[in-house]
Amino acid sequence: MNIDPRGARFGAAITSVVLAIVLVTQSGWLLLAQTLVFAIGALGGLRYAPYGFVYRYLVRPRLGPPSRTEPEAPPRFAQGVGMVIAAIGAIGFAAGITAMGIVFTALALTAAFLNAAFDFCLGCQMYLLIQRIRPAA
Amino acid sequence: MLSGLIVLAVVLAAACVAGFGMRRRGGRFRDASRRVAAPGAVLTAADLGAPLGRRATLVQFSTEFCAYCGPARELLAEVAGSRDGVVLIEIDAAGRLDLARRLNVLSTPTILVLAPDGSITRRTSGLPRKSDVLAAVGSVLNGGAP
Repeated sequence: MNIDPRGARFGAAITSVVLAIVLVTQSGWLLLAQTLVFAIGALGGLRYAPYGFVYRYLVRPRLGPPSRTEPEAPPRFAQGVGMVIAAIGAIGFAAGITAMGIVFTALALTAAFLNAAFDFCLGCQMYLLIQRIRPAA
Repeated sequence: MLSGLIVLAVVLAAACVAGFGMRRRGGRFRDASRRVAAPGAVLTAADLGAPLGRRATLVQFSTEFCAYCGPARELLAEVAGSRDGVVLIEIDAAGRLDLARRLNVLSTPTILVLAPDGSITRRTSGLPRKSDVLAAVGSVLNGGAP
């Protein structure tokens, strides 16, 4: 399945704002909410991604159809990476280990911001690195 | 609150430095010939699972979760198709971890330009410009001089 790449970047921009608010407020609940947003996109597919609905109903009608589409698999995988990172951060805040919450929120924000501002998918690059650190068969 | 604001500022600054750095260097071919003595700097048809091009070979390492691999493949295929004796070999890095480790491939797409004997002359990561691909291939076709 292919997606409108502008929708993915719009979602990354919203994600960046949410994660920036998490950093400043150190709200574990808000990070948990963002973890669920990542989970819906990663596990259910990007057509169910909450920020994608905002894009489709409020933004895309003003932009018109995309000039090109992209495969869904890379951004969807990246949502999964975001889900894991954000979940670890949320556990940190919930357990009172604020530094852990801040570090993992900062990691997720770095990836979301690089996606929104530079169209660079850091989460996608994690795939090969994860494969590589597995012991050689 | 204050610590969060400081971390936020550091993260955004670092991400901007990284982002602009990747914009500048990403997809720019580097001379790989100085690494010729290193093991793995010459690739054979057996390594690649496909015959080398008669005059030059483009090798692209991809994964299934790679945002720029598709556009890079289209570009390289176009260049290979327009040059006699130049072929493109695409390799699934996750399926060929032996080769990815040997060549220290950390990100995708990673693109190599091979001379007819399989030695790696140029290398880059990221989506290159067409003019840079043409220049990298041209340097091999013209006898390896940069």
